Amino acid sequence: MADDWIERVVSNPKYQELKAKRKSFGWWLTLSEMVVYYGFILLVAYDKPFLATKIGSGVTTIGMPLGIGVLVYTIIITNIYVRRANSVYDDLTQQVVKGALK
Amino acid sequence: MTRLFNPKRTIALMALLAVAAGAFAAGPDVGQAAKQPTNWTAIAMFAIFVAITLWITKWAASRTKSAADFYTAGGGITGFQNGLAIAGDYMSAASFLGISGLVFASGFDGLIYSIGWLVGWPIITFLMAERLRNLGKFTFADVAGYRFDQTPIRVFAACGSLAVVAFYMTAQMVGAGQLIKLLFGMDYLYAEILVGSIMMIYVLFGGMTATTWVQIIKACMLLGGATFMAFAVLLQFGFSPEAMFVKAIEVHSKKEAIMGPGTYIKDPISAISVGMALMFGTAGLPHILMRFFTVPSAKEARKSVGWATTWIGYFYILTFVIGFGAITNLIPNPADYFVGGDISKGLLGGGNMPAVHLSKAVGGSVFMGFISAVAFATILAVVAGLTLSGASAVSHDLYASVWRHGRVDQAQELRVSKMTTVALGIIAVTLGIAFEKENVAFMVMLAFVIAASANFPVLFMSVLWKDCTTKGAVTGGFVGLALAIVLTVLSPAVWVAAMHHPAGSAWFPYDSAAIFSIPAAFITIWLVSLMDRSKRAAIDRAGYPAQEVRSETGIGSSSASGH
Repeated sequence: MADDWIERVVSNPKYQELKAKRKSFGWWLTLSEMVVYYGFILLVAYDKPFLATKIGSGVTTIGMPLGIGVLVYTIIITNIYVRRANSVYDDLTQQVVKGALK
Repeated sequence: MTRLFNPKRTIALMALLAVAAGAFAAGPDVGQAAKQPTNWTAIAMFAIFVAITLWITKWAASRTKSAADFYTAGGGITGFQNGLAIAGDYMSAASFLGISGLVFASGFDGLIYSIGWLVGWPIITFLMAERLRNLGKFTFADVAGYRFDQTPIRVFAACGSLAVVAFYMTAQMVGAGQLIKLLFGMDYLYAEILVGSIMMIYVLFGGMTATTWVQIIKACMLLGGATFMAFAVLLQFGFSPEAMFVKAIEVHSKKEAIMGPGTYIKDPISAISVGMALMFGTAGLPHILMRFFTVPSAKEARKSVGWATTWIGYFYILTFVIGFGAITNLIPNPADYFVGGDISKGLLGGGNMPAVHLSKAVGGSVFMGFISAVAFATILAVVAGLTLSGASAVSHDLYASVWRHGRVDQAQELRVSKMTTVALGIIAVTLGIAFEKENVAFMVMLAFVIAASANFPVLFMSVLWKDCTTKGAVTGGFVGLALAIVLTVLSPAVWVAAMHHPAGSAWFPYDSAAIFSIPAAFITIWLVSLMDRSKRAAIDRAGYPAQEVRSETGIGSSSASGH
């Protein structure tokens, strides 16, 4: 009986759609965070003078907005995922759950 | 291996802990501190905090009856509340005082350091949070061992949890003692006993409900205090960062060097390795993972991480401003803030004091008392969270599942977790006292390396890879755990800085083991699982579809939400 609804869920195309969509979105965002963070770290390791370059005529360096930018980027993509998952994916999930409990 | 140590260290219960006494070179820590004059304002503020939290504990105790109440607050915490509590767990005193101290000392390097502490959160959000909520009940072993043979996987998970808790907690306890000397002007020993006993009261009587609310209150105080300080600093410069930087360059002894990368990142391998430990370790910290079981649904779990990441990221931006504010406010007034009024002799109280001195500069001595009390409350709250996760690992994983094979009633399990809480409290105080004079700065990083190399790979593979087997997960997990500890001991942070071998004699040259130990764990899990032809392996693999359906949809997930 328990296996019955598991099979029903697995064979539901909506479930496959949910899995595929969420997985690829999650992985792309993960990849982007890794590129941004490790890119920044490698920039620090290999090109310190670039980060210490002044912007225009002021004293603020390129590194400052880039560094703060990594923090802000991290906050933003996390919240983008949460919003999308809580709307689009949750709707799909509801449909799958309904199908399973029929 | 005890041969390597002086006898005093062996007091410290676990050889495991003693093995690794040393310093993590890149991490700021509270360090050794000179006792300061008694600060009654700070003590009074802290007393108010304790009074409020004990009152909350009393309220929580009336609601803490079942094991689910104790471990997960009955699953009745909202996403927003849990986000604040997670942020509270994560924003330790070391990150508040340490990062602002690092910015004060070297500017941009402090920013590089703080970024590392945030980048683990997206990983938790994208790959783990909702799956943890859907599969878990009380501990992360519930998730990692969902379809596996319970005994080995739970023994492993308990080892992983307790190792992380032990190192993390020792660092916090030693930090608490040093801080209380600095901030309150009280004795080290009092600090240990105070933290140990108050924390025990929270956990024993109020369980997860009290622990969560203590975290929420502390997070609000810390965020509020830090916001006020950063606002006051920016106000001085008409909200122009450029003007703040100009002034900072003018007064700082390193001049323009504070605006670019300095010496923090030496070799790229260490930099990447430290980054990996922080990025993946966050997703393997038991006291963070258990927070996902306190919310009623996957939706709320996601909201939790969204809020947590937002608050933590915001907090790191504040610490950056606070560090620069300390440069512009403290250095021009050496008579008030530096030893003997001489900048070259360093700040009164040491390198972790910029935030505290700045609080006095912008808000007077009452506000400084508030910030000091917040810093100490922070340690108290983090230790309470760690203790609760350690107690669940012992009572739920070791006692109920391994020892009694699940044949145990809630009352018995609850009794064991409370006994463990008392034991952990005593161990924490003992470790804090035993390591008073030791350099424990490496311990938080070691906790992260273990979490990243043992807990995270097992969790990740068991949830996301269908062919993972019990044997593979447990073997790989232990390989990661062992490598994390051994390589850390052989690294300069422990071998040279803590065990006092000559400089350059460390066998492992990098700052963090993660770049080797994480892949080693993953490859071992993969290889052993692939080669596993046992009967159990067939059951493990056959269990994947059911696990996947539950982890993706939440069907059948723990009904803690019934409260």
